[in-house]
Amino acid sequence: MRGRVDSAPGRVHCPERGGVGREGLASCGGTVIRFENVGLRYGTEAEVLRDISFTLQPGSFHFLTGASGAGKSSLLKLMYLAHRPSRGLVTLFGRDMALVTRRDLPELRRQIGVVFQDFALLDHLSALDNVALPLRMAGTPEADVVAHCSEILRWVGLGNHLHAKPSTLSGGQKQRVAIARSVINRPRLLLADEPTGNVDDGIGMRLLYLFEELYKLGTTVVIATHNEALIRRFDHPRLHLDNGRLMVLPARGRVEARAKDARANDPAWE
Amino acid sequence: MALRPVRPRSDLPLAIDPSSRFLGWISALMAFLAALALAGAMLVSDMAQRWDSGLAGGLTVQVAPMPGAPVASLDERAEAALTVLRSFPGIRTATLLGGGEIARLLEPWLGAGATDPLLPMPRLIDVVADGPVDVAALRLRLTSAAPGATLDDHAVWLADLRSFAGAIRLAALGVVVLIGAAAVMTVVFAVRTGLAIHRPVVELLHLMGATDRYVSRQFERHVVGLSLRGGGIGLLLAGGMLYGLHRASQGLRASLLPDLTLQPWQWVALLLVPVALAVLALVTARWTVLRTLESMP
Ligand SMILES: Nc1ncnc2c1ncn2[C@@H]1O[C@H](COP(=O)(O)OP(=O)(O)OP(=O)(O)O)[C@@H](O)[C@H]1O
Ligand SMILES: [Mg+2]
Repeated sequence: MRGRVDSAPGRVHCPERGGVGREGLASCGGTVIRFENVGLRYGTEAEVLRDISFTLQPGSFHFLTGASGAGKSSLLKLMYLAHRPSRGLVTLFGRDMALVTRRDLPELRRQIGVVFQDFALLDHLSALDNVALPLRMAGTPEADVVAHCSEILRWVGLGNHLHAKPSTLSGGQKQRVAIARSVINRPRLLLADEPTGNVDDGIGMRLLYLFEELYKLGTTVVIATHNEALIRRFDHPRLHLDNGRLMVLPARGRVEARAKDARANDPAWE
Repeated sequence: MALRPVRPRSDLPLAIDPSSRFLGWISALMAFLAALALAGAMLVSDMAQRWDSGLAGGLTVQVAPMPGAPVASLDERAEAALTVLRSFPGIRTATLLGGGEIARLLEPWLGAGATDPLLPMPRLIDVVADGPVDVAALRLRLTSAAPGATLDDHAVWLADLRSFAGAIRLAALGVVVLIGAAAVMTVVFAVRTGLAIHRPVVELLHLMGATDRYVSRQFERHVVGLSLRGGGIGLLLAGGMLYGLHRASQGLRASLLPDLTLQPWQWVALLLVPVALAVLALVTARWTVLRTLESMP
């Protein structure tokens, strides 16, 4: 089964996609994420997320959509272990998060790349040092750190801003630094909260291709976005939040043609 | 003026914290005081040692004139005492001081008249021991062989000096311990403040997979850098002050004051003050960060 999403027991969506080597990824290692009847509330407010149940298989790609305030960021926070659910079961890489100790969290979190909605760059560090954070945490040799980080920053078009502080970068440039940081250590799971919110469609497209590259290498990707144009261009299944509940909408199955088309028209930038 | 941390790149912008500004200077002050206390303790120890080696192993026997008492003459009793001393185990030499020598010892007090042969001078015997001497047994045999002979083994003197030096050393040690406690409290305060100020960044680092040790290393580097450099400055000031005192004490004509010279190894020991301060800061910072983070989600 490829890129499969179970929204509830008995309802199985099997988005049809072309591509090579996905079967192997899906069958080995079990699910990446499983939510069962998960609810989340902030303080004593009403639940922001209600009865969320779904499963993400390894190597799948989903868009996460919903109106502003629908709970997209909240759902992502549950996935990158920033919040614990108020109720329900969350498993990540096959491990029940209720049973995971504080000591085990760093190891799990290192396998997740996150693009935060507000970028969450450290203002006193240069673009390169920001991108380097996950590598330095993992103890990568300093020479490799610099090489990899400058390479990926060049790739997102920031080759001339390696040593710029975030405060001197534009919104879109900051976003690209945040994206570079989220993918630098080749995470198993990539979660992006509005990663193209501040860039024009040309750059947004290019950034999405970056996510697509990782997806092709086996990374599981979830991207929260409002950008219908992008969603239409890249035909992936959708997790849709409405009034705190999750619906799963399958892909329409015309990916390859559109993606090829898009790649051919991709304007060179910078 | 703030002491900037050695490593400019840290994941936490600790260098611009208000607490950083004083941590370095407080380290300087603490190292200064600790170095002075330590130097004082070492100087007192040296002094006590010199008294010790000067007086220990030396005994003095005094045979007092006893006019009117039914005893042998002063010289005979002195001879008897010498005989006892020379045959006693553990005693190397026993020398009778001549009248001239005694007069010279007394001259500062009695003036030129000290040489007057009519003065009833006691006989003094200078004894050098080269092993353990049973002082009580010796005293007994001396008084029976030579009535009027008293044995002074400087034990009382020495005990007084030793306990005085010990008290000074203890006081210095107490000062050093107090300074260490102050250092620990300062670092705890600075680290807690830093964690509170940078809580969002710490949470972000956690979300990216930083371990608590990774976060604590940021703080450790910061406080070690500051305390090493602050401590270095404090040590320089203390060294300058000690050298100044040493020079001043050498200028004095009378040697009433104890010698204020530190041995080379003692200077090295003082060099360890900022190092010890840094180690203390490191351990404290690590402990504080790890304990505080335990309570974070
Ligand atoms: N830390 C918080 N404390 C209290 N309420 C919160 C918190 N974070 C989010 N909420 C509430 O939860 C709901 C969902 O917020 P969330 O940020 O998940 O929405 P979103 O779908 O990401 O919106 P947007 O598209 O604008 O980013 C909102 O009503 C919001 O007010
Ligand atoms: Mg959001």
